Amino acid sequence: MPSATLSTRAYEASPNVGQASLPVTHIKMPDVLLQLEDLKTYFTVEGGPARAVDGVSFTVEQGKTLAIVGESGCGKSMTGLSILQLVPEPAGYIDGGKVLFEGKDLLDSTWEQMREIRGKDIAMIFQEPMTSLNPVRTIGWQLVEAMEVHGTARGAEARKRAMDSLDRVGLSGPDVVMRQYPHELSGGMRQRVMIAMALSNRPKLLIADEPTTALDVTVQAQILALIRELQQETGMSVLLITHDLGIVAEVSDSVAVMYAGQVVESASTLDLFKSPMHPYTQGLFASIPSRSRRGQDLLTLDGIVPPATAWPSGCRFEPRCRHAWGTCKSVAPKAAPKGADRPVRCHLYDPDIADRPSTSAAPTAEVLP
Amino acid sequence: MTMILSDIIPIAIVGLFLFVIIRAGREPLWEEAYRRLGSNRQTMAAIVVMSLFIAIGILDSITVSVSNSGKPQTIVDVMFRGIPQERTYSEPMGTVTVGEPHPHELKHKHIFGTDGVGRDVFYNMLKGCRTAIIIGCLTQLIAMPVALVLGMLAGYFGKLTDDLIQYAYTVLDSIPGVLLLIVIITVLSLKGQERGLLQICTALGVTSWVQLCRLVRGETLKHRDRDYVRAARALGVSHGRILLRHILPNLLPILIITATLGVSGNIISETILTYLGVGVPPDIGSWGNMIDSARMELARQPVIWWNFSVASLAVLILVLCINIFGDALRDAVDPRLRS
Repeated sequence: MPSATLSTRAYEASPNVGQASLPVTHIKMPDVLLQLEDLKTYFTVEGGPARAVDGVSFTVEQGKTLAIVGESGCGKSMTGLSILQLVPEPAGYIDGGKVLFEGKDLLDSTWEQMREIRGKDIAMIFQEPMTSLNPVRTIGWQLVEAMEVHGTARGAEARKRAMDSLDRVGLSGPDVVMRQYPHELSGGMRQRVMIAMALSNRPKLLIADEPTTALDVTVQAQILALIRELQQETGMSVLLITHDLGIVAEVSDSVAVMYAGQVVESASTLDLFKSPMHPYTQGLFASIPSRSRRGQDLLTLDGIVPPATAWPSGCRFEPRCRHAWGTCKSVAPKAAPKGADRPVRCHLYDPDIADRPSTSAAPTAEVLP
Repeated sequence: MTMILSDIIPIAIVGLFLFVIIRAGREPLWEEAYRRLGSNRQTMAAIVVMSLFIAIGILDSITVSVSNSGKPQTIVDVMFRGIPQERTYSEPMGTVTVGEPHPHELKHKHIFGTDGVGRDVFYNMLKGCRTAIIIGCLTQLIAMPVALVLGMLAGYFGKLTDDLIQYAYTVLDSIPGVLLLIVIITVLSLKGQERGLLQICTALGVTSWVQLCRLVRGETLKHRDRDYVRAARALGVSHGRILLRHILPNLLPILIITATLGVSGNIISETILTYLGVGVPPDIGSWGNMIDSARMELARQPVIWWNFSVASLAVLILVLCINIFGDALRDAVDPRLRS
């Protein structure tokens, strides 16, 4: 299944590079590595199930980067954990849906099969590099273990590869780092170690859950550049979970915007930045400070994401939406009323909804930063 | 049979500890820990004193000959062969007996005096080392594996496993400790067997694992949801490996301090149990037996204080050294406390 032509450069689609994001023209169907279909992850809490992930579908293509964007509490991290079936037990459980990885539904696999996939085929890095390493084990030990659990390499061979990988992620003096404990490293260094660990078995998919959120801005850029570089080298796909649209613009090929446990809009990065369609996406863009709106008040999205136990019955964004009208309160919008090419979960784009007030014509926002 | 067993036990315990210490020294984490222990003078002093007590315990476990009355003689017994038994009490470094209407001249100098039947108190104190070490360590060796395995399973897997284990120890814990101890010791000594150290250790072990288990469960529960465990799981590390190679090393500092405190706690428990009359039988030398006799001695005129004081001092010194050692070891093992 893997084909060399598909390991397209990750940043081709970024707006800065312009016309390079043509692959969306469907001349050739790209190979799909991961496909989520109607994934539902619920939590048992007081007051009914908390539907943290409620029918999420998206695809990650071979060698490409998909970014999941959304506010805190919209279910993006849980989506990532659900793929590896690492939802915190006993409260959390996967209620339904499919996680097709290379055509096989991961939800059908046993615990042991899943363990084989974790770290080997799909690796994950977390938001907090400060706590994601075992505090009482040396960096070397942890890197070697990552290989040994999957039998990729052992003993001296594993140590040599660990040193190489530390060198590869830009840590100088790998032999010293190998003997160090996590608390002796800075946040950026630890995240580099995490990346080295995650990539030590050459995974086909890397799930990066806010990999740069805990780091300062200069280190953020370095880490993103590193992930991009390594992606080019290995041809892996990346599922990037973030709330930062700046990062999305920089590294991803396509974007899925999540709100209240659902994907509300997905598009190629270029299309999304050119013309965000869902009112929520528009709101996200409008709340980024921009040179073109110098002197104006910064727009904000009023309110917060409702709790997962009490999603609104109609459109989930309706309470915060500027364009909402009566129908939005009672009828849940279709996932893709405009067609599968550009899924936007909004009544504004649904030709079957007739009672749209004239004032709520499909908005266009001048938003490009 | 029991005689041989009780001879082997202290040597086996010390051997096991030595083996573990040497084995662990090959790991970088412990190598560094030992270096740190060595650089601390107070800790080194504690280790030296502890080793002294242990050495006496070992010497007291090696039988070299048999006395005229058929009792086995250990190296310590042989060393004190030259010191004769007096008629009755005598003061430390005294020259005459105490408590007799007509004091007798002593046959020999006794640095800590003699007890009611004229035995040297220093010798009695030394005989108590072996008992203290056996009760302290063997009890911990019985209780710790149980507490560790059950506590980690309960904390890590949760759900039904946790419920069952918690239920078991909560029930056990709701029975008054001393009462349970007495019952277990009595039941274990029923089958024509004499009450011995093994029975006391088992009883103390059964009653003392609960506290440690609860602690281990809580700690495991805390670590189970830590990011590094989540990250290990995301790397495909198995449950067993996460428990043994990721969580266990993180529990080590707290385990070490609890285990050493447990050893000293057991030594104190021995004196209490013996005082209550369900502990070490009078023919086995123990600090508990020495303190037990203080009931009479402290009410006498003149007060016989040396028997009680020497035993208490021995308990105090050994327990203090173990605690200092445990504390230092905990600090030395935790990489986060190294600067």
